[in-house]
Amino acid sequence: MERYYQPEIETASPEEIAAIQSENLLRTVKRVYENVPFYREKMDKAGVRPEDIRSAKDLYKLPFSYKQDLRDTYPYGLFATPLKDVVRLHASSGTTGKQIVAGYTRKDLDIWAECCARALTAAGCTQEDIVHVAYGYGLFTGGLGADGGGLRIGAMTVPVSSGNTQRQVTILKDFGSTILCCTPSYAMHIAEVLYESGYTKDDISLKAGVFGAEPWTNEMRRVIEDKLGIKAYDIYGLTEVMGPGVSFECCEQTGMHINEDHFIVEVINPDTGEVLPDDTQGELVFTCITKEAFPILRYRTRDIGVITRKKCSCGRTLAKMTKPRGRTDDMLIIRGVNVFPSQIETVLLDEGYTANYLILVDRVNNTDTMEVQVEISSEQFSDTVKELAKREKKLAEALKSLLGVSAKVRLLEPNSIARSVGKAVRVVDKRKLLD
Amino acid sequence: MVQQLSVFLQNEPGKIAAVTQALYENGIDIRALSIADTTDFGILRMLVNDIAKAKAALIAQDCVTRMTEVVVVAVPDAPGGLAKVLTLMADAQIDIEYMYSLNDRGADTAYMVFRVSDEARLLTLLAENAMGTVSAQELGLQ
Repeated sequence: MERYYQPEIETASPEEIAAIQSENLLRTVKRVYENVPFYREKMDKAGVRPEDIRSAKDLYKLPFSYKQDLRDTYPYGLFATPLKDVVRLHASSGTTGKQIVAGYTRKDLDIWAECCARALTAAGCTQEDIVHVAYGYGLFTGGLGADGGGLRIGAMTVPVSSGNTQRQVTILKDFGSTILCCTPSYAMHIAEVLYESGYTKDDISLKAGVFGAEPWTNEMRRVIEDKLGIKAYDIYGLTEVMGPGVSFECCEQTGMHINEDHFIVEVINPDTGEVLPDDTQGELVFTCITKEAFPILRYRTRDIGVITRKKCSCGRTLAKMTKPRGRTDDMLIIRGVNVFPSQIETVLLDEGYTANYLILVDRVNNTDTMEVQVEISSEQFSDTVKELAKREKKLAEALKSLLGVSAKVRLLEPNSIARSVGKAVRVVDKRKLLD
Repeated sequence: MVQQLSVFLQNEPGKIAAVTQALYENGIDIRALSIADTTDFGILRMLVNDIAKAKAALIAQDCVTRMTEVVVVAVPDAPGGLAKVLTLMADAQIDIEYMYSLNDRGADTAYMVFRVSDEARLLTLLAENAMGTVSAQELGLQ
């Protein structure tokens, strides 16, 4: 029997959700216009006044926000409350340019915990459970976000944070953790270390995992589920919008329900900005309608996805988004062909390789080159060059067939690709086509 | 029949040094060794005095290893000795995957390590021609 954290919202009628959205949006737009000079100027320039927004249907009239806007107003320029009301700050890793800073009031943290509690409940979490949080704690939203959800439900929440994987295994075993929260690549790594340490899924008590913060494929999901003996659920979020819990997966595992009472999602054509109908692929755009400190409007996520309102077997009526099918900015263009790292991962797992891989892209004599490095396992190792060359060739052919562009394959020794305790680095693009 | 230990190596400086160092630290004696290499990777094949211990030592170093059965042939240690064996194999259509020599030798025989397409056939062929193989025990390998 499917359990909900807040059935009155999660199974509300579309009309009820629309009414909540309109009410919350109007209040937020008015507040933002009054309190944030950046938005006021932007709206004035676009010729939109708060009173032009009469319901959620008018959302398209508002200008978009971009990551660059957050950098330009760094650190507090988009906050809509006085700093004295902000009780928590988070920030994104800031590997490119300035960090993205997000502020939360006490009520914002409450709502965030509520969103994560819905996600954990959908994964089967109750007060009886032991939630093992192996997302990093700190400025990154993953750790404290999942933590808030566990506490809200009243589950025993273990703030392990990321890293020291041997200790993660010990804690899983000794504390009897039942729900694991971390990035999917870290879940893979934990599984590897579990088995390397001589244990199997039978030595731990996990039943579910809530994994997010990076793209992962369904093939990777099957591997994680199999190795850890769990059901693996996806969770979506971004610092700019809130953190994990913007949307979450249910038992159906075919997409993530968006917490629509707090966020309005739109799918747009990334080139024209035109709003697209449901069930059409485009860039996901989010508007925060209940956040106090940092309510971003029409934020361009660069995530490519599809929104659907088709009936879900879990009983939730909240709109569902597909797993992002890549990001408009992580898509590689190799000799004119669009390549998503997730496609390469799919091929690798299908061919029996590990998900420990690295894609090296370069440009030699004005031609793009792509090398896929993947670690070899004992099962795949042969003592003849002929056999190994055959394996490399087979993988190269499988990649070529799916991607439509050839890639050089390079087999590496186990553990030669650096493991990440947070977001895995999958692509090294030496071409420097951007920035 | 003799067990051979193979190791996958990335074609990078220091890789073989690391493997031999790990074997040394575990008191392993390498009795024969050969390397097959491409631009990207190499395969190090060895006969060692204690294969189980050597394998464990290498796995501890995150190496990918494999054990394979090979045939060690006692070849007459005189001009034409190796040619004679190889001609016999060629005539019998036995395909050689790889071969290398052992440092050890008998009184008037040299030892060659073979990995072939059809091991049973090779053994029969050698017996028919009054040539012998050398066992792991005779070589003092375990």
